[in-house]
Amino acid sequence: MSALLLTTAALIAQLALFAAMVLATIRMLRGPRAQDRVLALDTLYVNSMLFLVTLGIGTGSVFFFEAALVIAMLGFVATVALAKFLMRGEVIE
Amino acid sequence: MNHLAEVPVWAAVPAAVLLLVGAGLTLIGSFGMLRLSSFYDRIHAPTLGTSWGTAGVVMASMIVFSALGSRPVLHELLLGVFVTLTTPVTLMLLGRAALYRDRTEGNPDVPAMLSLDGSEAGTGDGRGSRGNGV
Repeated sequence: MSALLLTTAALIAQLALFAAMVLATIRMLRGPRAQDRVLALDTLYVNSMLFLVTLGIGTGSVFFFEAALVIAMLGFVATVALAKFLMRGEVIE
Repeated sequence: MNHLAEVPVWAAVPAAVLLLVGAGLTLIGSFGMLRLSSFYDRIHAPTLGTSWGTAGVVMASMIVFSALGSRPVLHELLLGVFVTLTTPVTLMLLGRAALYRDRTEGNPDVPAMLSLDGSEAGTGDGRGSRGNGV
């Protein structure tokens, strides 16, 4: 009962998050400007982090959590650096 | 899927609901980011995924792993707190950068800089006047 419920919910959630990643990728490729692409990349980071957490629920492995944490931190640093670059033309002044 | 059969039903039902709500909100947010017309509209849409999308998925993960183990598993909270704290910072920086770029190009769709006496000061760089610098 609970196995069927959780497996189905995890599968549907994985499909929804994969679709969200595809939509973010479409926006990143379409643009039209640099800040749109950076925003789409940030969304893609968050979506892939949630996808990994959902994958961890589905498989029962705790290792996906650490990968999700690393992706969250990389996404924050990458987006801040890209926004700084868009603002000033330099990342480290 | 052997491990999920050990989760009791009272934990499986809220976990499944939270998982579906979180993933669904994230999908709606990404769809909005694809669909909305201007950048300043678009920057609002992914926050669905970073607020309740992340909260739902993280709470579902906490419920499932707490029900599987004998003690509460709380390290997913780290993920939720981290995303909640960093999203406003990144989006403020990105919005500021976009506004600066639009003002530098003289884009008429964005409001111009106001100087201290209230008159338009042309295309400022977002620093100095009215204390709205970074």
